[in-house]
Amino acid sequence: MSEQNGQEQVLEKPESQLKEIWYSLCRNKGALIALGIIVFLIFVAIFRDFLMPYDPNYSDMGKAFQRPNSEHWFGTDQLGRDIFSRIIYGTRISLSVGLIAVTFALTVGTVLGSIAGYFGGKVDTVIMRCMDMMLAVPSILLAITFMAALGKGIDKAIIAIGLVSIPEYARIVRGSILSIKESDYVQAAKVIGNNDMTIIFKHILPNVLSSLIVRATLGISTAVLDTAALGFLGLGVQPPIAEWGDMLGRARGFIFSAPYTLIFPGMAISLTVLAFNMLGDGLRDALDPKSRNK
Amino acid sequence: MMLEVKNLTTEFKQKKGTVRAVNNVSFSVAPGEILAIVGESGSGKSVTSLSIMGLTPGKVSGEILFHGEDLRKKSVKEMQDIRGDKISMIFQEPMTSLNPVHRIKDQLCETIIRHMDLSKEDALKRAIEMLTLVGIPSPEKRINDYPHQMSGGMRQRVMIAMALSCHPELLIADEPTTALDVTIQAQIMELIYQLREKLNMGVILITHDLGVVAESADRVIVMYCGRVLEEASVVDLFANPKHPYTKGLLASIPRIDDQQERLYMIRGMVPNLADMPAGCSFSDRCDFCMDKCRQKMPKLKEVDGRAVRCFLYHDEEEETE
Amino acid sequence: MIQYIIKRLLQTIPVLIGVSIIVFAIMRVFSPDPAPIVLGQHATIEATEAWREAHGLNEPIIQQYFTYMGNALQGDLGTSYYTKQPVTQEIFSRFPATVELAIAAILFASFFGILIGTISAVKKNSIFDNLGMLLALIGVSLPIFWLGIMMIIFFSGTLGILPSGGRLNPLLQPDHVTGFYIIDALLSGDMAALKDAIHHLILPAVALGMYSMAIIARMTRSSMLETLEQDYIRTARAKGISEKSVIIKHGLRNALIPIVTVIGLQLGSLLGGAVLTETVFSWPGIGSYTVNCILKSDFPVVQGVVLLIATIFVFMNLIVDIIYAFLDPRIKYSKKGD
Repeated sequence: MSEQNGQEQVLEKPESQLKEIWYSLCRNKGALIALGIIVFLIFVAIFRDFLMPYDPNYSDMGKAFQRPNSEHWFGTDQLGRDIFSRIIYGTRISLSVGLIAVTFALTVGTVLGSIAGYFGGKVDTVIMRCMDMMLAVPSILLAITFMAALGKGIDKAIIAIGLVSIPEYARIVRGSILSIKESDYVQAAKVIGNNDMTIIFKHILPNVLSSLIVRATLGISTAVLDTAALGFLGLGVQPPIAEWGDMLGRARGFIFSAPYTLIFPGMAISLTVLAFNMLGDGLRDALDPKSRNK
Repeated sequence: MMLEVKNLTTEFKQKKGTVRAVNNVSFSVAPGEILAIVGESGSGKSVTSLSIMGLTPGKVSGEILFHGEDLRKKSVKEMQDIRGDKISMIFQEPMTSLNPVHRIKDQLCETIIRHMDLSKEDALKRAIEMLTLVGIPSPEKRINDYPHQMSGGMRQRVMIAMALSCHPELLIADEPTTALDVTIQAQIMELIYQLREKLNMGVILITHDLGVVAESADRVIVMYCGRVLEEASVVDLFANPKHPYTKGLLASIPRIDDQQERLYMIRGMVPNLADMPAGCSFSDRCDFCMDKCRQKMPKLKEVDGRAVRCFLYHDEEEETE
Repeated sequence: MIQYIIKRLLQTIPVLIGVSIIVFAIMRVFSPDPAPIVLGQHATIEATEAWREAHGLNEPIIQQYFTYMGNALQGDLGTSYYTKQPVTQEIFSRFPATVELAIAAILFASFFGILIGTISAVKKNSIFDNLGMLLALIGVSLPIFWLGIMMIIFFSGTLGILPSGGRLNPLLQPDHVTGFYIIDALLSGDMAALKDAIHHLILPAVALGMYSMAIIARMTRSSMLETLEQDYIRTARAKGISEKSVIIKHGLRNALIPIVTVIGLQLGSLLGGAVLTETVFSWPGIGSYTVNCILKSDFPVVQGVVLLIATIFVFMNLIVDIIYAFLDPRIKYSKKGD
């Protein structure tokens, strides 16, 4: 289906296309709510130091396992740390891992996909076979393996999650380029004497943009999920850094005695992932002329 | 009368308001009769047929009497019993009207088993009989084919076999030959014509092709923008068309005996149903348009056993709709 | 068809070799030295050296790879650094648990996914459609492990109707025949064990299958919507068959073709999700075991598991393509090059 869209939009100018997507997005309630949540999350991530009522790492064993109350809205964890503050602290980690990992994967994937699609032949075969190999292992398993090799840390989580999502972007870009490559206006650009790089960047990539935006938005939600999963398995951040998945992993032993230590971090992950998914869906609907007319 | 349609109106709700795809249409079909409904695309002829079958998503009003019983008052189950049995239908697109993932025999037997009290073996026998009837060579073999293994003409024959497999009293053929090659067209029409005589069934033939009408139909209804503009026997209609639209249609068919340099063309375009001109819907394109045509819609007036909707044939002012 | 299958089988070889190289590189080139982890911080240098020598880790990396692959082709994936057991044995003793879980999850996901997707498409824009799609949206957004935890809190804690983890009450262990407890319990006619095994399976299977269910529901909806607009659906209605037959025999049967691809791909990714689900539910399968081995740098096991999962994944794709041919008679593999 996306290939059809790509072809229909080939004739439109990229700028006007983006504008139209924006208008159509504004008519989608779910997408607007999602956008609101995302803006809120970014706000929390930026101003976290002003928003946290307590030091997220301050431990007071005398205050361990307090139920949610007026002092500690989300209660305290096994070390007496304020869960609310820790969740606020973790917002920046999840968002930045998501955004940076996707940007990384998007950049590398686009470059590889462009080269494979535009030049074809042996280059194409080699690159896409490598992508197939990566796709043959479930991405979370591959990310875990990477993390085991690289060691704990946010920067390493970004690399691991970024690496495993490269193939998706490479595939999208390659597919779109293959369908656009033979179109008249790219042929015309060649005849005029533009070099390969100019053609790729000025004429082909802007047309792939729409499907990439959708994929990247949904990719952020996957990256946030994967970050949390790594944290949950104890492969994420170094303690005592507050990361949502890590919080869940460490509180797992108190599942029946202190369920609130598990409920709130999970809600934070779910809300973030939900928001990016809703935005991604909204963008896809906005980009799909079939649903736009309905 | 076997089928009597009275004041059939079918409306579709759209964003910009309700659109009347079929507007107050009445006609009847007798056993063994071929009634042609002629019109351009968007004239409401296909919606009319789907309305009779109870298969349109639009809102249907009026009466559809089949042997005196109103089909609109039938339950869903009762309509299912009638569809494919007493009344059946073939469609314009033989290439896409058969399910690509089921074998021909399964699609044929499905109808037969649904409506006739037959065992699987007997149903298969009947299916082969039907394929023989519609002229498919070596039907015992072809019945195991999937639709994509057949040509368009063959598929339309299968569609006809399927439609006729339970001896329907009424066959609705919606542009049965449009998608086919000219030589195949003639074969398919000949087949429908013969089977009509053999089985004494009524046929509603929906088409935009006046050539097809002239060869096979008994009576003709000309539709335009959801309304009937003219109704007559084939002989009368071709010999003496009354409505300017019918005249235009006939004049735009190439004729061997005519020495005309250029074919006549009706000027303008079919108006959008959501944006109809006031008065007669054909007024904007009519060569005989009068002032009152732009204000009022004339009534369908009966003259000498035929009917026409045009002020040219009206004596009195008040005969409007 | 057979030609096509052989061709595809041959094509999987380079992919699997590539996967083995990637995993080998990650584990042996980029990973920290396993010796201090396996032997403990206080091991002597001599002991460490001896251990490395004994496990062939002092050989050049290329040679290590060829030795490994040479053995692997003969069915020898090495021995675990810790248990000293053959990796194949370690894996296959845990494999039935994971397969049982994955199959239960994909059955749950397919059944409810197709059901919800079909209802949503047939009753488009109704309250059922909106609820179904909301559920699907939530399904793709909940972290598997958190969903599992929440279900444990609710069904095991609050309601107390389902066990919070494990695979079976150890006292009810049926005779070992296949390693699949449900099948074993059925074979030995042990109804108590069967009931207990099913009870243990419900929560992990739902947690693991929820994401796939959501994906399948969305795919089914869009595929059904497209199918229901086809001409042959109108033909089917004109035949007078019941609406149920129209939707299932003519609608779903055609819509199923792309859905099968999604289900196949999901079964592959379920094996990845099993890592998390098994950890949450203390499910004794290869997923939770692999996480432990990664944390402990038990290279041979990790390599073995990743290779096995990649092999399953690649074969799933092949099976999906073969099922395709049965679902869609228009596809002819023998003539098509790809």
